[in-house]
Parts: sequence; C-alpha cells; structure tokens
Amino acid sequence: MSDLKIEGYEFKPGFKGMAKDTSSDQTMFKGVHWGKAMMWIFLLSDTFIFSCFLISYMKGRGSTIIDWPNPSEVFGLHVFGVQVPLLLIAIMTFVLITSSGTMALAVKYGYEKNRKMCGWLILATAIGGLTFVGMQAFEWSKLIHEGVRPWENPFGAPQFGSFFFMITGFHGTHVSIGVIFLFIYAYKTFAGHYDEGKRGWFTTMKGDYVEVEILGLYWHFVDLVWVFIFAFFYLW
Amino acid sequence: MSEDFNNNKTIQAQSSEAISGGGSGVGVDADYVRPAEVADQDLYHGHSFITKWIFCQDAKVIGVQYFLLATFTGIIGLILSWLMRLQLGFPGLAPFMTAEHYYQFVTMHGMIMVVYFLTALFLGGFGNYLIPLMVGARDMVFPYLNMVSFWSFFVAVGVLLASFFVPGGPTGSGWTLYPPQAILEGTPGSGWGIMLMCISLILFVAGFTMGGLNYLITILQARTRGMTLMRMPLTVWGIFTATVLAMLAFPALLVGALMMSLDNVLGTSFFMPTILKAGEVLEYGGGSPILFQHLFWFFGHPEVYIVALPAFGIVSDLISVHARKNIFGYRMMVWAIVGIGALSFFVWAHHMYVSGMNPWFGFFFATTTLIIAVPTAMKVYNWILTLWRGNIRLNTVMLWCLGFIVTFVNGGITGIFLGNVSVDVPLSDTYFVIAHFHMVMGIAPLMVIMGAVYHWFPLVSGRFLSEKLGKWHFWLTFLGAYSIYFPMHYLGFIGVPRRYFEMYDSPYVTSAVGMNEFISIAAFIVGAAQFILIYNIIKTLKTGKPAGHNPWQACSLEWLTPTVPPEHGNWGDRLPTVHRWAYDYSVPGAKEDFITQTTPPSEVAGSKVEKT
Repeated sequence: MSDLKIEGYEFKPGFKGMAKDTSSDQTMFKGVHWGKAMMWIFLLSDTFIFSCFLISYMKGRGSTIIDWPNPSEVFGLHVFGVQVPLLLIAIMTFVLITSSGTMALAVKYGYEKNRKMCGWLILATAIGGLTFVGMQAFEWSKLIHEGVRPWENPFGAPQFGSFFFMITGFHGTHVSIGVIFLFIYAYKTFAGHYDEGKRGWFTTMKGDYVEVEILGLYWHFVDLVWVFIFAFFYLW
Repeated sequence: MSEDFNNNKTIQAQSSEAISGGGSGVGVDADYVRPAEVADQDLYHGHSFITKWIFCQDAKVIGVQYFLLATFTGIIGLILSWLMRLQLGFPGLAPFMTAEHYYQFVTMHGMIMVVYFLTALFLGGFGNYLIPLMVGARDMVFPYLNMVSFWSFFVAVGVLLASFFVPGGPTGSGWTLYPPQAILEGTPGSGWGIMLMCISLILFVAGFTMGGLNYLITILQARTRGMTLMRMPLTVWGIFTATVLAMLAFPALLVGALMMSLDNVLGTSFFMPTILKAGEVLEYGGGSPILFQHLFWFFGHPEVYIVALPAFGIVSDLISVHARKNIFGYRMMVWAIVGIGALSFFVWAHHMYVSGMNPWFGFFFATTTLIIAVPTAMKVYNWILTLWRGNIRLNTVMLWCLGFIVTFVNGGITGIFLGNVSVDVPLSDTYFVIAHFHMVMGIAPLMVIMGAVYHWFPLVSGRFLSEKLGKWHFWLTFLGAYSIYFPMHYLGFIGVPRRYFEMYDSPYVTSAVGMNEFISIAAFIVGAAQFILIYNIIKTLKTGKPAGHNPWQACSLEWLTPTVPPEHGNWGDRLPTVHRWAYDYSVPGAKEDFITQTTPPSEVAGSKVEKT
C-alpha cells in the first residue's frame, strides 16, 4: 500500500504512522475497502469459533478415560496392499494449499485487470475446493463404513467420532460455502462485472476486483484453519 | 436498475468552502478539514411499501424494527416475570402454575431479557439508529446485510416463541442451559424445547454477526470529514466496544449451543458424563459438563458488558446534554469503556465458583473481577462530576439518568460481595444474586433505555413525549424496582435459594412469606407502569408537542440533519463537516450554551472551546 495517495494526508511509517492513522478522521485503515475490513473482522470472529471448537476438542481428548484411537492407523489407507498412514490427508492438504496458491494468483491477475486469467484461476481454486470436499466425503464414508459414528467409535473413545465429525464437518461447510462463492465469482469475472463496475443483486456496491481479494482472504483463512485441524487431529 | 440509486456526485475537495466561512480573529486555516477520502455512498431507495418499511435497507427503519420486536419480546419476558412472582408471592393461587411451568418461565424470562430484549435493543435498536447519524454517515456501510440481520433476528425470535407450542413446551433448564439436566428427561422441554432454544440462539448469533460487522465498519471506516475517533459521542464508543465484545463472545455461545444440540439430537457426549438413571446406565458417557459452563460463561460474562457498555455510553451523553456541561474526563471515559471491555474476557469463571475449581483459579478470577471495579468506579465519579455545578434540567430524561446512577452503584457494590470467592460461596444461588444482577444489568440498563427513549423520541418522531406521564412512569418504576430488589438482598442473606418453585416449610419461611408477597405486589405495579410509556408513545404520535429542530440544544450530529426526523440518506446533498467533539456545552465566551460539532472555529473565535 506504499503507493496509496490521499489528498491532504501525509503517511508516516511505523508505529507513528499507525497512531496517526488511528487518530485521524474518516477512516482508521486508510484506503482499505469496506468489504475487506469487514472480512478481516469476520475472520477474527470466526477464529474464535474454531478456537472454541479446538479447545473443546483438547479438553475432551485430554479428559477421556477410554484411550484415544491412534490417528495414523485410523486415517491410514491400504494402497496396493501397503498400509500408508495419513495418505489421504496428505493429498487433501496438498490440494487445499495449492488452491490457496491459485487464489493468490487470481487476486494478482484481478488487480492487473486480466479478466480471463483471473477467471480461470478462480475456477481452478473452486475445483481444488470441490476436490477437497469430495475427498472429505470419501474419508467420512470410509470411517462410517468402519463403524465410527458421532456417538460411538470401535477404535476407542466415542468422543473421537463426535469431535471429528463436528469439527471437520464445520470446516467442510466453510469450504463448501467458499466453493459456491468461487463459482459465482468466476462467473462474475468472466461476465465482466468487475470491469464494468456492475452492482450486485439488490446491493449498492459497485463490482470491483477487490471482491476477488476479499473472497481470497476467506479462502486463505479456511486453509489456515485446516492446517490447525490437520495438526490437532492427525498429527497429535 | 440504475434509477434505483441516487448516483451521488463525487465529492469534490471542499476545502474552499471551509476557507470562505467566518473569518474573525482566528486564522482561516483553523477551519480547514481534509477532503473526503471515500466517494459518497450510493443508497438503494425503496419505492414500495415492502421495500420501504418491511425489507428496508435504511438503518433508521431497521433500528426501529429492532426496537419494536425487542420490545415485543421484552413484554413477553415481563409477563413471564409476573407469572413467576404470582407463584412466589402467592403459591397455589394460580392452578396452572406447576413446578414445570415455573422453570420454563424462569428460563424464558432470563434468556429473553438478556439476549432478545437488552442486547437486541441496545445494539440492534440504538446502534442502527444512532451510529450512522452520530458519525455522520449516510447509512450503515452494508445496508443489505443490515436488513438480513434484522430478519435473522426476526426468525430467531419466531423459533424461540415457537417453543411455547411444541410438545413438552420450552426448556426449563434455567437461562444458563446447563447440561446434563438441560437435555435429560425430567427437565421440562428436554427434547423440543432445548433444541429450539439452541437453534434460535444460533440464528441470533448469525444475525447479530451481520449487524455487528456493519456497526464496526461504519464506525471505523465511514466517519464523516473531521470526525476522529476521539470526537465521537460516548454512545458510539459504548456501542462500538460492546459490538467488539459480542463478535468475540458469541462464538463461544454458538459452539456451546451447537455441541448441545448434537448431544441432544445425535446422542454425542460432549457435555454428558456417565449417568445413572433409575438404576440404569444411560448411553451417554465421558463428556464434561464443566466444559459447557466455561463456554457459556465465556460468552455470558462479556454479555453483561454487551448490555452495560452501550448503557454507559448513552447515559454519558444524556447527562452531558441535560446538565449542560461537557462530560467530565472524556478520554478517561473512553479508555474505561475499552478497559472494561478487555477485562470482561478474563473474569468468566467467577460465575462458576461453586462448580468446583482449583482455589488458585478462583483467586485469579476474583482478582480480575475486582479490578473491573476500578474503571467502573471511574465512570461513576465522572458522571457525578459532570453533574456537579451543572445547569441541570430536571426533566424526565435526567431523572432516568439519576435513577441509573443509583441503581448501578447499588448493583455494583453487591457485585464486590459476589466477586470474592469466600463471600460468594454462601451467597451463591440465593436471592442475593438475583438482586445483584437485576440491579446492575436489568434495572440500570433499563433506566438508560427509558431515558434514551424520552431523549431521542423527538428525533425519531418529531414530537416530545409527555413529561407528566414520563414522571409518573419514572417514579413508579424507580421506587417500584427498589421495592422489588432491595428486600431480595435480605432474602439472600437469610438463605432463601433462587430457582425454588415454592418454599414449603423451610425454617426461614416466616420472614420470607410476607416479603415475597410484598415483592410480588411491587412487581405487578412496576410491570403495569411500563404500559404508561406505551400509552405515552401512542398518544404523543397523535397529539404530542412538536419538537422541531434540535429540541434539547445538543451538540452531536444526530440532531443536525436537514430534516427532522431524518430521511433516508440522513444529510441531504452534503455530508456534515465536524470541527470539534460532541460536548461543547456552556463554553465561556460563546453566544449560546452549546456549540454544535459542525460549527467551525472561526464562528466561535472569542470563546474558550476545548481543543479536541
């Protein structure tokens, strides 16, 4: 944001600049789009939701009297007769992190007003997300097939099933909502809504490529949360 | 669709206009305000009854919608409290009052009053109406989201009230909804009731998040030219901090409600320990009921301040306007609000002293709890110092403010009792607790709401509420509320437990019976007195005295709109430009006893205005 210019306002670097921005009139975050500021605050709130989930999970896992199942066995896959621990999860994580990369590129091409590249990269991100949700559905059905339920679990503590389905389900819902929006945004990009500044349905905001970045923030957040879920569920 | 929008002209740098203003003594540079950073907001103007008044995107209409719906639910909460007092004061008089119904009414009264009445009224009602007007914005920054926020609240209320009509009725587990009782057979509404409660809370949180994002971004990013954070009225500061708290505290409630729904519907055991029922072990096992208490109170304690902080802010403004003095220690007031907000996240386990915890844990939470008394006391001193040697108008608004200070100090002092573990343990779950929290977060914020209604009604409707009816309303409410809650301290000291359906033949029954009858009669009168306000409002809308422009001679922006009541877009062609804080009352050397926020320095050159 170093190239940002505001008439009558002189930016200062470092903490002094932060204090100056904070004590100035009109806006606290200079040049930041309303929607972008909103997304950051929403994500902060959402962080608290996932923190509550994960802390509850730690409490539940820490205080159970029945042994917790061994994640590398439960989440392992038999491939060509070899038991590979955490194979599926590794692929899922790879796909999701890659989709973060394509999203970041989409934002870059968006700001360069490269409509086609931006649209294709959003579409690639959406397909990455869809793949992730698909693999998660496969993992769920595999576990359900093996007898894991929210209320019971043949491998050990029943809370394993409860927390696993609840937390990955809540995260999967986030990914699915993201995928839906990615498809919508891909359409809007290809249709040129962001180039023309076309307004959204019933809203007064003019279309702008900043919306791609806002959706990108959400998408990176969902990925980051997955890293934590991955660490706490699969590696612990 | 382009004709739906008022394509506002982009704002030109208006510095030339400021320079041409006045010009006596003070250099013209003093009037300079930076040009606008952000282009003027386009608004969607409704043009049918449905888009203007029902699915409306105007924050002021949404504020009134929130206000009306919250008041409606509040009246249901009031009626429930009457039924409870009927049972407590005169057991057996009403044949339909079974123990089950009593618990259901206790639960619904608590949840409705805290979440669906006070929170929705302060943040949804006053927040929506006042924030854009006070910071000089045309509307909330996301009007569509704002509309969805209200309608989510509407559905949440609908789901909540639907639980009265499902098999088993509403949940009767107390407003804290503690598991395992909440979802075990034997507790009223353990099936449908608790499920609808959880769904309703989740909807409320979702709707509130949409509204809350609006309030925060409007305050942070959509202030008008010259409006710095430290020039905002304290009302905005209170609502802002409360919204931050809500954004961080409601997630815990959401998670708790979700996990409890799963325990209830799917049979998971997040909160359910191994349970022996009539000699049989239930399917549940291995969960932690204390975990729910932590989640609930991590929400529940900040929730107290979500209700209290807007009240602090609003009452500061009301006192300042009606004492014709600047608020004493404005910056201290701001930092106290922020400090109380931050501290409120570190005190939650003081609600759980009797749940069983490490004594050091209790020590920690007692310490943090008592530290909150410091910024709170600062605020009380500052209110009193604002009144001190002020030019006080002893009207209805001021009476409510004074009533607030008294009840708030009273409830705050009993809070110091309950914050200490060793004092709390014997007082826990007695009527002393009921008296404490009704005083501090029931009656005190309610006094502010009433004061705010009498204060801002002329802005919303253009007419004054009747002072005569208002004084009756105030004195009946104030004295009546004291008659209800003051004796409850005594009941608590003699050990009368809360949430008991009936006292039967307990040893303290002799002294408690007469007192309970007295409290109940007072409660009936206070409840009935609230209908004076409704009558007053209806009467005023028809025949009230027209208020005109800025009837209280206030400084803040909401009174300075070109039309009263303000229309959609608030400011006509041009947004206001702010030159000072909202508290320049009785400034020495000024022509009038107030200088509005939009008055440039050159117009009041000879007066000793505050530098803000």
